[in-house]
Amino acid sequence: MTIAIIDYGMGNLHSVAKALEHVSENERVTITRDPRAIKGATRLILPGQGAIRDCMSELEHTELTGLVKEMLADGNKPLLGICVGQQMLMDKSDENGGVWCLGYMPGRVRHFDDTMRDADGNRLKVPHMGWNRVHQHHMHPLWEGIPTGERFYFVHSYHVQAEEDAHVMGYIDYGTVRAHVATGRDATFAVQFHPEKSAGAGLRLLSNFIQWSP
Amino acid sequence: MTLAKRIIPCLDVDGGRVVKGVNFVGIRDAGDPVEVARRYNEQNADEITFLDITASHEKRGTTLEMVSRIAGEVFIPLTVGGGVRTCDDIRALLNAGADKVSINTAAVTHPEFVREAAERFGSQCIVVAIDAKRVSDEGESPRWEIFTHGGRTPTGLDAIEWAQKMVDYGAGELLLTSMDRDGTREGFDIGVTRAISDAVSVPLIASGGVGSLDHLVAGVKEGGADAVLAASIFHFGEYSVEDAKRYMAEHGIEVRL
Repeated sequence: MTIAIIDYGMGNLHSVAKALEHVSENERVTITRDPRAIKGATRLILPGQGAIRDCMSELEHTELTGLVKEMLADGNKPLLGICVGQQMLMDKSDENGGVWCLGYMPGRVRHFDDTMRDADGNRLKVPHMGWNRVHQHHMHPLWEGIPTGERFYFVHSYHVQAEEDAHVMGYIDYGTVRAHVATGRDATFAVQFHPEKSAGAGLRLLSNFIQWSP
Repeated sequence: MTLAKRIIPCLDVDGGRVVKGVNFVGIRDAGDPVEVARRYNEQNADEITFLDITASHEKRGTTLEMVSRIAGEVFIPLTVGGGVRTCDDIRALLNAGADKVSINTAAVTHPEFVREAAERFGSQCIVVAIDAKRVSDEGESPRWEIFTHGGRTPTGLDAIEWAQKMVDYGAGELLLTSMDRDGTREGFDIGVTRAISDAVSVPLIASGGVGSLDHLVAGVKEGGADAVLAASIFHFGEYSVEDAKRYMAEHGIEVRL
């Protein structure tokens, strides 16, 4: 039983690895870019941090784009996308002047409007940073034991707008924006928030991922 | 509005030990940062900030080891500041398990470093710390300047313009400390907090001067801060982070309980 965190050079992978190690019992957690190790793993984590153009191009440079697409198309190995890893699964992002992504779920990645204000007239800051309530839109094994409206930790300026309701697993409201912060299809689940930094709720989600047999 | 205002306890760490005294009720030796971080995590802290005041290079390794130990068992965001001067410093801290790094003096002496760091690691992990001091006299329209070396060295930089510049350069968050209030327990400097919070699009952490729970409320309500940072009111068990959150919630502030 191996969980492979796909290391294409972007993101702070150590935090994810440490949180997974904390909740796993028999699983080995490995950070790797070796295609054989990725193919051989029981579960995959697709992380991502920073600009999406860099994430997509680094995935290409490490020659992992094809492999990741292949795994997604097979649809039988559990994969968890985190942060930009969620955004990469969409068709296209508006960041960096427009970047084509993996196209696994129809949808778009958009920037938060940084002129929004709250009821008291205070600016709503971008990046959207901190703990927000995640409302569960569809039931999913990864939500097991986590109440709807639970808070998770976020830090991002772009957010997912999925086209198909069936793919939206959870959302947040920020100002006038409803962002699809959890999306899923077949054996893939992806979140905008950082489960590895979301205290008990986040660890529960990671533990649910380890238990999940789609 | 559903994003919670954050409460961030701050620890001063030297050579891997918490200094400036932390004394939770019921804990004999609170000098171990891991133990302190664990305690704050149990109290539902939203993040933890470490200020590494280690002067010598040799002791720096101890700090990295400490960050790594904390990151292995406390699963909330960790920010580490103090002596961050190069991209290698940042890389080492992130690899050890820090989620954000806070850049202070190096931003003043070499602003391009902030741009370089944000490009390399992403704005989400680059916090710029701003130490501001009021330089206008009573009756004049208020003006604050950036100071370095613990508030001793003026730089001539206007605090609001500087904050905007740092955001343009890629800072994802600002940590504002009022050097007039730091250590006084008289409350945040609301004027500079409000002025900078209104002037920038990124989140602002208010720091310096917290002596009561009302100060935390004022920082958010009057100052417009997105997060409040405090040290001594939490260290001595006077209030727990949980007490602070409940008090803020009673005053109509959205917090994570």
